[in-house]
Amino acid sequence: MSVILVFMLVIAGFAGWWLSHQRLTAKPWLEQGVAGDVVGFDRSSLPTAKIGLGVFLAVVGCLFSLFTSAYFMRMGLSDWRPLPLPRLLWLNTGVLALSSVALQCAVVAARRGQVDMVRLGLATAGLTALAFLAGQLIAWRQLTEDGYLLASNPANSFFYLITAMHGLHILGGLVGLGRTSAGAWNGTRRERLRLSVELCAMYWHFLLFVWLCIFAVLAGWAATFVSICQRLLT
Amino acid sequence: MVDVTPADAVPPAEVAEMELYHPHSWWTKYVFSQDAKVIAVQYSATAMAIGLVALMLSWLMRLQLGFPGTFDFITPEAYYQFITMHGMIMVIYLLTALFLGGFGNYLIPLMVGARDMVFPYVNMLSYWVYLLAVLVLVSSFFAPGGPTGAGWTLYPPQAIMTGTPGGQDWGIILMLSSLILFIIGFTMGGLNYVVTVLQGRTRGMTLMRLPLTVWGIFTATVMALLAFPALFVACVMMLLDRLLGTSFFMPAIVEMGEQLQHNGGSPILFQHLFWFFGHPEVYIVALPAFGIVSDLISTHARKNIFGYRMMVWAIIAIGALSFVVWAHHMYVSGMNPYFGFFFATTTLIIAVPTAIKVYNWVLTLWRGDIHLTIPMLFALAFIVTFVNGGLTGLFLGNVVVDVPLSDTMFVVAHFHMVMGVAPILVIFGAIYHWYPKVTGRMLDETLGRFHFWITFLGAYLIFFPMHYLGLMGVPRRYAELTDMNIMTESAHHLNSFISIMAFIVGFAQMVFLFNLIWSIRHGREAGGNPWRATTLEWQTPETPPAHGNFGKELPIVYRWAYDYSVPGAKEDFIPQNVPGSFGPSREPA
Repeated sequence: MSVILVFMLVIAGFAGWWLSHQRLTAKPWLEQGVAGDVVGFDRSSLPTAKIGLGVFLAVVGCLFSLFTSAYFMRMGLSDWRPLPLPRLLWLNTGVLALSSVALQCAVVAARRGQVDMVRLGLATAGLTALAFLAGQLIAWRQLTEDGYLLASNPANSFFYLITAMHGLHILGGLVGLGRTSAGAWNGTRRERLRLSVELCAMYWHFLLFVWLCIFAVLAGWAATFVSICQRLLT
Repeated sequence: MVDVTPADAVPPAEVAEMELYHPHSWWTKYVFSQDAKVIAVQYSATAMAIGLVALMLSWLMRLQLGFPGTFDFITPEAYYQFITMHGMIMVIYLLTALFLGGFGNYLIPLMVGARDMVFPYVNMLSYWVYLLAVLVLVSSFFAPGGPTGAGWTLYPPQAIMTGTPGGQDWGIILMLSSLILFIIGFTMGGLNYVVTVLQGRTRGMTLMRLPLTVWGIFTATVMALLAFPALFVACVMMLLDRLLGTSFFMPAIVEMGEQLQHNGGSPILFQHLFWFFGHPEVYIVALPAFGIVSDLISTHARKNIFGYRMMVWAIIAIGALSFVVWAHHMYVSGMNPYFGFFFATTTLIIAVPTAIKVYNWVLTLWRGDIHLTIPMLFALAFIVTFVNGGLTGLFLGNVVVDVPLSDTMFVVAHFHMVMGVAPILVIFGAIYHWYPKVTGRMLDETLGRFHFWITFLGAYLIFFPMHYLGLMGVPRRYAELTDMNIMTESAHHLNSFISIMAFIVGFAQMVFLFNLIWSIRHGREAGGNPWRATTLEWQTPETPPAHGNFGKELPIVYRWAYDYSVPGAKEDFIPQNVPGSFGPSREPA
């Protein structure tokens, strides 16, 4: 459960930082209730939708941390036989990174108000994300053809489970991306378009980050890293 | 004397008004509504309906325990199905849904001074996914093999094996699917509750001016968002074990002389995941109750809450600590003694912020102008019950005490007191308190008092004797207790007595439901603020509040939520949206 505890620590640190800016030591019963007190809005200046997405991403992060925790706990048992990762995953990683870059370009273009570039960025991001999903499916096929079936070893089970979960999240993101693209082609208001492109980019970058983490875990580097840390500590 | 000068008043601010969806038809107004208040009523009604099923299941269980061998239709399999569904429904589909989906939806926007939740469409979706989860759960009663009988903790390997009811039938599949749906639906709602508290607050509503109800629901929602994924992960993995033959949790096992295809999985892994969700869940239910009870006590004792800051800090501390105590549910799983020591320590530390809260409630009551209204009665009953259940929690938090008691009725008595009866008492108190705002009419007083005394005394008569049964060594989870040495004649009599009390208390709930429905039309007119309370939901221009809550202009908040009996003020309460300072005692020193 160490991975999820580290994740919780990060969340707790963030929450603590936020709370420390909220005047939790105020004495509301002494406040006078006159004009001077209510000048400031103490809500965030960030758009509400971004905060909502941020909270959602924390939940998604929690989900994947838990899968990783379970992965490490199950890995310690004797029947674990790691499976060779298909080389294709490297290509997929590149494609997903490309998708993220395309969306970042779309964000820049949206800030400048270049609708054509926004459309181009969105289309590229969508196509590359679809290519990533197709690539993952092909990787699955390669593995099953080589006899690494879902139920034959826990390492295989975790591989399929975690990649499937990640793929489902990408698929959900594509729905959002589709709606944003529809807006970009139908001429939504500029600020609105900019916000939805930024939301898509935020989600995409996060899923890329998650993918890099789980790639490291599935490839076994994370375990090596952890064991080096443990050796350093003891 | 009130010395409000025009200079004190602030002009209405340029609050970012949200675009409300305006319903066009009966369907979008009452069924597919995006108004948090309607969604709250939908959530509450669904939760209470399914809760009624769980109540009836508990009757069936008590029939078997109180009068063993009398009822042929209660086979051991059926008994396990009753126990499982009763536990799961009560904890998740009733308590969690009612506190967060019901009270959260109704109270958060009104109490923070918002027009609605920040994402109304997602909020509506949340209810419909929850309803779907409930329907999937109910459908398992009609599936071949019946619902799962794995116990509410669904421990593998037994949960998905042939010997367990529903293990190789539809029962467990439907249960896991329903939980997954519930979590998806809850996440949609939870995002709303959190972000509305963060971003939807009206002008002047600083965090430290929030009523404790909002603090409780807010913190509980944050915890739920972080804890439910653990249950989600456990459910998905168990579903794969059951359907596709993986071995996440399933060890190599021989069943009926046949080697199953599973190999090497770890049931302990499931327990870790389950309780990583399961323990915060206790506080997900308790924190909203803590918050609501603080407001009830303050309002009905006409006195400001004692130690508001401490109350807020305690809520945050409990929320944080509850994530590092999960393994105290697993002392008997054969864990490393040092782990047990660690988790016993953290468990006992939680008693500190909890005790602070109890002291503050009692100190709020001290020399207060206590009105023994029905909400107040329930709040007082909560404090007593919670202290009672909390103390036995201190027993069970210690490894050496827990190990012999873990599988006895003592544990059943403990958790029913602390997270069954206590939060339910708060729910009742809160319904009596806010019903006038929801419907515009008061609940019937006589029926309410009848309901209170039967429920409170009856719950004690049910669960207090169970502690003794537990100390005698009477095991829980057993369908048949007749031929055991520990089951003396007196223990059997006690069991019959508990069962009879359970029927009486259950009957009192029917009276309550009748009161709920009858008073919608026939209750006394309540007016806008029958309890003379300070918080914003009582200051709405209309009762029940219209779509958009506050009419043309959002209220501006000038003070905290607990200005009761302020010396020098004309009335014994000052609503949060009334400007001005009152009396000499409020001048800065």
